[in-house]
Amino acid sequence: MIDRRHIGLQLPPFEVDVEKGRLRFFAKATGQTDPVYVDDEAARAAGHPGLPVPPSFLFCLEMDAPNPGELRDRLGIDIARVLHGEQRFVFHGLSHAGDRLRFEQRVADIYDKKGGALEFVVRETRVTNQRGEPVADLIATTVVRNG
Amino acid sequence: MADFGDLKPGDTLPPLTLPPLTRTTLALYCGASGDHNPIHVDIDFAKKAGYPDVFAHGMLSVAWLGRLLTDWVPQRRIREFGVRFTALTQVGDVITCSGTVIEVFEHQGERRARLAIQTANAGGQVKLAGDAVVALS
Repeated sequence: MIDRRHIGLQLPPFEVDVEKGRLRFFAKATGQTDPVYVDDEAARAAGHPGLPVPPSFLFCLEMDAPNPGELRDRLGIDIARVLHGEQRFVFHGLSHAGDRLRFEQRVADIYDKKGGALEFVVRETRVTNQRGEPVADLIATTVVRNG
Repeated sequence: MADFGDLKPGDTLPPLTLPPLTRTTLALYCGASGDHNPIHVDIDFAKKAGYPDVFAHGMLSVAWLGRLLTDWVPQRRIREFGVRFTALTQVGDVITCSGTVIEVFEHQGERRARLAIQTANAGGQVKLAGDAVVALS
């Protein structure tokens, strides 16, 4: 069982640069053909200062943490036993290529179902930009299969 | 863009159907997303973990649902977006993303729609189910 004392644990904040090339690579991988997400001029014509970060890409930037497995390591979770259960984004503003985003993660909850056969870890992440403006809150629920 | 003046519960978004899922797409998404969990690209690892094959990153489907939404409204209008991963998306699956208006409401003077969104394979098995809130103006 994962130690419930980890509820409330705050991980070290980190910052990640939003790189244009990475956004184009993500567009390719996700089949995105809307020029707003790949072409600077189309993005500017749509009122963006640069290529916008698509809605779910904030989760990818979160995985650019110095150690993306830090939470698993601290809680003693085997990566082969985890599944992504739920993911939620609450948006406060857009971010764009060239921004530098700050991620502050905390363990919001840990609980289990089926007599401990499944454990759930809820991580909440606050994302702000280089001007200190709120960008989004991310809520990720990880499922750990025991036994 | 659609005229949302008469948008009502039950109205649907234009669906988004993806090509059959390939291992190449999983490899590209592994690199582009930064999610390097080998379970999505390394069949040896997947088998050791008890799966018959690799399977798609849940977040790849979330990216497709993001496309469903941004094909419908400019991204700056998306207020909230959440999913539950209910079944694994497998290599070869032909996934369709769809959305239905659940309610139209006002929040602090802003007209918004709450949507039910999902991905399903060609057999109709739901893989991800969730909701989104978008501003209508």
